[in-house]
Amino acid sequence: MSTRDVELLRGDARPSLGSSGRRWGEDGIRALLLVCACVSVLTTLGIIIALVQPAIEFFREVNLIDFITGTRWAPLFKPSSFGVLPLISATLLLTFWAAVIFIPFGLGTAIFLSEYARPGVRRVLKPALEILAGIPTVVFGFFALVFFTPFLQDIGLGLETFNIVGAGVVIGVMLIPTVASISEDAMAAVPQDLRAGAYALGATRFHVATRVVVPSAFSGIIASYILAISRAIGETVIALIAAGTIARITFNPEEGAASMAAFIAATGVGDVPTGSIEYKTIFAVGLTLFVFTLVMNIFSTRLVRRYREVYE
Amino acid sequence: MTSTSALGSRRALTQDRVINWLFLSFLALSLLVGFLLLGALLVDVFRKGVGELSWSFLTNPPSSLPSRAGARPAILGTIYMMILLVVLTVPLGVGTAIYLEEYANKNRWYNRWLEINIQNLAGVPSIVYGILGLAFLVRGLGLGRVLLAGALILTLLVLPTVIVAAREALRAVPDSIRQGAFALGASQWQVVSRQVLPAAIPGIATGAILALARAIGETAPLLMVGALAFIAFNPTILGDFTALPIQIFQWISRPQEEFRHKAAAAIIVLLALLLVMNAFAVWIRNRYERRW
Amino acid sequence: MLKGDDMETAQATEPAVRLDRVEPAIADRSDPAAVAAVQVPPVFQVTGLSVTYGSHLALADVTMDIRSKAVTAFIGPSGCGKSTFIRCFNRLNDLIPSARVTGQVLYHEDDLYSPTVDPVEVRKLIGMVFQKPNPFPKSIYDNVAFGPRVLRRKDELDGRVEMALRRAALWDEVKDRLKTNALSLSGGQQQRLCIARCLAVEPDVILMDEPASALDPISTSAIEDLMHELKTDYTIVVVTHNMQQAARVAEMTAFFSVDVGEDGQRTGVLVEYDETQTIFTTPADPRTEGYVTGRFG
Repeated sequence: MSTRDVELLRGDARPSLGSSGRRWGEDGIRALLLVCACVSVLTTLGIIIALVQPAIEFFREVNLIDFITGTRWAPLFKPSSFGVLPLISATLLLTFWAAVIFIPFGLGTAIFLSEYARPGVRRVLKPALEILAGIPTVVFGFFALVFFTPFLQDIGLGLETFNIVGAGVVIGVMLIPTVASISEDAMAAVPQDLRAGAYALGATRFHVATRVVVPSAFSGIIASYILAISRAIGETVIALIAAGTIARITFNPEEGAASMAAFIAATGVGDVPTGSIEYKTIFAVGLTLFVFTLVMNIFSTRLVRRYREVYE
Repeated sequence: MTSTSALGSRRALTQDRVINWLFLSFLALSLLVGFLLLGALLVDVFRKGVGELSWSFLTNPPSSLPSRAGARPAILGTIYMMILLVVLTVPLGVGTAIYLEEYANKNRWYNRWLEINIQNLAGVPSIVYGILGLAFLVRGLGLGRVLLAGALILTLLVLPTVIVAAREALRAVPDSIRQGAFALGASQWQVVSRQVLPAAIPGIATGAILALARAIGETAPLLMVGALAFIAFNPTILGDFTALPIQIFQWISRPQEEFRHKAAAAIIVLLALLLVMNAFAVWIRNRYERRW
Repeated sequence: MLKGDDMETAQATEPAVRLDRVEPAIADRSDPAAVAAVQVPPVFQVTGLSVTYGSHLALADVTMDIRSKAVTAFIGPSGCGKSTFIRCFNRLNDLIPSARVTGQVLYHEDDLYSPTVDPVEVRKLIGMVFQKPNPFPKSIYDNVAFGPRVLRRKDELDGRVEMALRRAALWDEVKDRLKTNALSLSGGQQQRLCIARCLAVEPDVILMDEPASALDPISTSAIEDLMHELKTDYTIVVVTHNMQQAARVAEMTAFFSVDVGEDGQRTGVLVEYDETQTIFTTPADPRTEGYVTGRFG
């Protein structure tokens, strides 16, 4: 017997849960919101399709092994050569020099903010770091080319106009706020009791910072490094402006070399004809870059999740 | 010579002191590296660029003659881009955030997958978004190298950031508000639209502005969708365009010293714009932020 | 003497209620109105109700009727499932994805958990007041008007708001500042505002989940007076931590307790349900007696 029938039979005015039917408006809104959420799924699919499809065509013309192991990158020369190692080595060298800067100094900034700075100092430093983090990369590129490289030349280094060390160091400086803020979050998650326990044993601030806080926040710190490395690998404009576009294998930081991202941008700017092998190199190199950063990102999110789980 | 006291040997104490001092110096150096370079950057940009800033710089189109070159199309391009970005990212970002925070059942695999997907998108290098734009918008759809293509690709680029910020703002609204509204017979959407969203708007606005500030400084993806640097006319949504970061990039690439000064001047304009946006975001945060 | 271990400190300062002075509303069986009240069909009939969160059985196999136009109190130690139980009456547990409710709850004669029933409709008829006052961060007026607005009953909104505030004994305190933010009210006022907000929806039943536990003694007694007032028109179900409060306001009292399983899982069970006076003076179950006399809690 349905609700309505009961009510009719009883004929009294008791409150009833008369069903209002399906709420179409509510369902429509839910569907609309889901569509919004799907945009990000489509973006991922789009990226994968955009990269993989032309890359497959590329590898029909160029042997995959030659691509991965070749040491000469010369798509425009006759005979052309498509060894990606020069681009990879330049990318890794830039990342290395960036890491030389952000690994110690990002961590040092985080330790200072978390363990040493008084609240007043923090209130000034944190927004200042945010400003540093908000400066567009093209500005850093300008700085590397027009100020930093000439400055290094002035103090006696024999740098070329486009060089790896200048670009790398500036990328490193740019990434200090990233490393500092994620590492500091990890340090803030270290329970106060642990610090108090160490102080109670007579430890100095230095000991607490280096033997209690840093080890406890270790996975978060590593995560911040990995994220920064992934950013450095993908950094385009600073590399393009300050490290140049010549593809070559060099371990001399005073020379310039094109990274993967810089090559992609330099080729993308030119009006290469769709479907040409040159056009397809963008996607083959892009896919390589994407795989590099994806692996790094998956790694770093795993680590971040781990340190969140430990103390929550 | 070691003299021992009740509180330990003096040598150990001095050793500790030296280590402490070294460590403090290292921390100070860490801060200096960042802020000294930041200071040097700003001083250098201002020294080179301030002399170039003038009304004609802001209103002239670019030119191959440094003395006549201005940034009007770039400034207009950036402004149009900002407007399009607000219109596109805010509804999409907030809609996604509402879906994930208020509607999605976290126990379902596809919702977890959606979250992981957004997390990974946030880590994709901006140049890869540029490739996406080149392949699908410019060539695939045949949109050409137009402002709309640039705005669309920047939208996809900052969407994860906007989503994360909006989710945090929604999460900051206490559950008791939702339960209170549900208990009064409000439907899910009534709860969201009349209670949760209004309470979260300051947080969402702050996050969205900061994300937009990021977006308008982006260069790499715009290079890929082919923002032309040398347009003497005002940009249109479906026409050739340029933007401040691109204009800066082009001027830097010129060998002449005068163009470097033009670049510095354009950097000042861009940084001023970003500063205004950041200040606005901070103002909203301080003015409307609610502690529950 | 009554001595609940879990008595709030605020209440600890009050004189303890002596068992022989507890006066539940239906103490006098010769009162015809009271007897009639008992004969009215129950508002809720609960049969074999269990609630699980994921794999955790939080409340097991509850069967009881809730009397119309009276106050029914749920008492028991923390974790006994009484808050979980009260949320079954307005399907608020639906909001927790992992929660599963089995068994039957009849509201009058409708199955509350029938697939054709819309939980939103349920909550229009069955209002709820929460432990911590949770006014919306809006004006006093907008708080009370929220219910009528979402239910599209916008005619005479001012009148509805005033009526609800009057019934919640708050009108005189706030009538000159209806546009001020509700968060500027004191805790006790906020809770009465939440009651007013609930009344403005014109519900049939009001559920109260420890409505006074976050309040000072004076505000607590104001809320209790309000319950006395409101039960002439509404069926009230109240969860309370405080036994004296149950003794003061409720006609019927249910005592819940915790069973700890072999695997350490804590499951709430209904131990005893009877007239308040019986629960406090001659409980049938030794666990109830232990709790109300303060030997365990």
